[in-house]
Amino acid sequence: MKKILVVAAGDAKHMQKNIRCTLTAAKQLGREIDLLLVGSSAKPWAEKMACFSGVTRVLVNPHACYDSLAENISQLVASLACDYEFIVAPANNISKDFLPRVAAQINVNQISDVVRIIDAHTFVRPIYAGNALATVVTKDPIKLLTIRFSAFAESSADSDPVPIVILDQIFADNRVRVLQQTASDVTRPTLNNARVVVSGGRALQSAAQFEQIIFPLAEKLNAAVGASRVAVDAKYVANECQVGQTGKVVAPELYFAIGISGAPQHLAGIKDSKVIVAINQDPDAPIVSSADYALIGDLFELVPELTKQLEKESKK
Amino acid sequence: MIAMKILVPVKRVIDPYVKIRLSVNNNAIETEQVKMAMNPFDEIALEEAVRLKERGVATEIIVVSIGVTRCQETLRQALALGADRGILIESEQNFAPLAIAKLLHAVAQKQTVQLVLMGKQAIDDDCNQTGQMLAALLNWPQVTFVSQLSIANGTLTAERECDIGTQTLCCDLPAVVTADLCLNTPRFAKLPDIMRAKNKPLEVLTAESFALDLSSAMTQACIELTTMQRCSQMVQNVAELVDKLRADQLI
Repeated sequence: MKKILVVAAGDAKHMQKNIRCTLTAAKQLGREIDLLLVGSSAKPWAEKMACFSGVTRVLVNPHACYDSLAENISQLVASLACDYEFIVAPANNISKDFLPRVAAQINVNQISDVVRIIDAHTFVRPIYAGNALATVVTKDPIKLLTIRFSAFAESSADSDPVPIVILDQIFADNRVRVLQQTASDVTRPTLNNARVVVSGGRALQSAAQFEQIIFPLAEKLNAAVGASRVAVDAKYVANECQVGQTGKVVAPELYFAIGISGAPQHLAGIKDSKVIVAINQDPDAPIVSSADYALIGDLFELVPELTKQLEKESKK
Repeated sequence: MIAMKILVPVKRVIDPYVKIRLSVNNNAIETEQVKMAMNPFDEIALEEAVRLKERGVATEIIVVSIGVTRCQETLRQALALGADRGILIESEQNFAPLAIAKLLHAVAQKQTVQLVLMGKQAIDDDCNQTGQMLAALLNWPQVTFVSQLSIANGTLTAERECDIGTQTLCCDLPAVVTADLCLNTPRFAKLPDIMRAKNKPLEVLTAESFALDLSSAMTQACIELTTMQRCSQMVQNVAELVDKLRADQLI
């Protein structure tokens, strides 16, 4: 029986949770799994990832040409494709970039953002900003999937280590080059793996007030900071903070939507959160009916009060 | 100036502010008698192309749409927004991204464009695949999810979000670029532009005339609508909220 190739591209350190959730999904396909790590950050993590549950072999190609460019990663993956029945990757930016390129190179479809695996041919994925779920059936000889990792639990990381194979093919396209890469603030948990997310919206009114109101609460809860599209468009916070179907899809245990009305595309990006708290002036805002707890009132009073209360308690 | 043609594919989708509903036979989203619009990401890509032309970087903007006859309305809108001419590849079929990429590949080659600027995804099927697939078929480099773009001397420089922060890339033309939301804010078409757009060239072709294998091994079995509704307990004050969250062991 042909196997599954799970591709882990991008900064290995930041990718651990995504890969473990992707492996949980891959295991449901019931085939042996090769985990391919690429890029210069891969090698130091290979041994750790060789203990991830479900993996039968780890393949490592540590060449720096695979650090981020889709042109190169796709060539490498396409060159390995004929040994596999499935090629699976987490639905993060880097996989969204390279996997469709692989699909076209080997002339098969891709199924994006899989949230449920029914059987080896049948997959469920969100469409229309998560307002609907489509069940898709594919007969492609090689099936390419990206996995919405928030929809799957993390597989364990304590299995017996499996063999590690070092690969050395180099596909380097010199038509495209990375000039600069700026990592965002790493002192905070990221939106993808935070236990708590505190998001602000239009009602914050300015970048200064966003910082003054949202950040202290996030700090207190060791939470990631998120924002609605309106808040990002108005430049209250950086673009990478945007939560929603077109931004980042999050699934924390606790999500605060502060001064966010709850546009469908925002709701689509938070619907897998365990508990949603809305703090809003308007009791009729869509976010209120989509929340578990709603606190109605002036956020400029309520949020600092909440932060203060949490501080007081932690001192007790 | 060296001639530089830009191809901008535009998709006709359900207006993003319309609440979707299932069709009568329950296996598709209803599009009959529903307000339609240009895919917002494509609108941003088009705006960027128009700005490149206004800055004297591009010489011609060709818009292409694939779908039913009424996609001509979307193309006319694109022409009103600043595109020079339109191509409709008419078909009743709902093509998968790979088939769309194959058709766009043929158009990009025939029109000898140096740049394809398109939305990073369509807001109906949310696939986020077509641009990357097209780049692969053309064997061109791709710069996806772009939030800032400049072009000089046959090279483009672009900024984009990556998983750990932001990235600045430079890339030789020809290339495929896909637009993220924050790339720009599209303009509205003015009435004289809408009038003028009626006289701009719009070529209608059929998908069959391309003689490509557009079949797909993928089918949609069923669709269900999701709900975002939750129990929505009202809490009266901050103290009550803190109590609830503590009871749930969340803080």
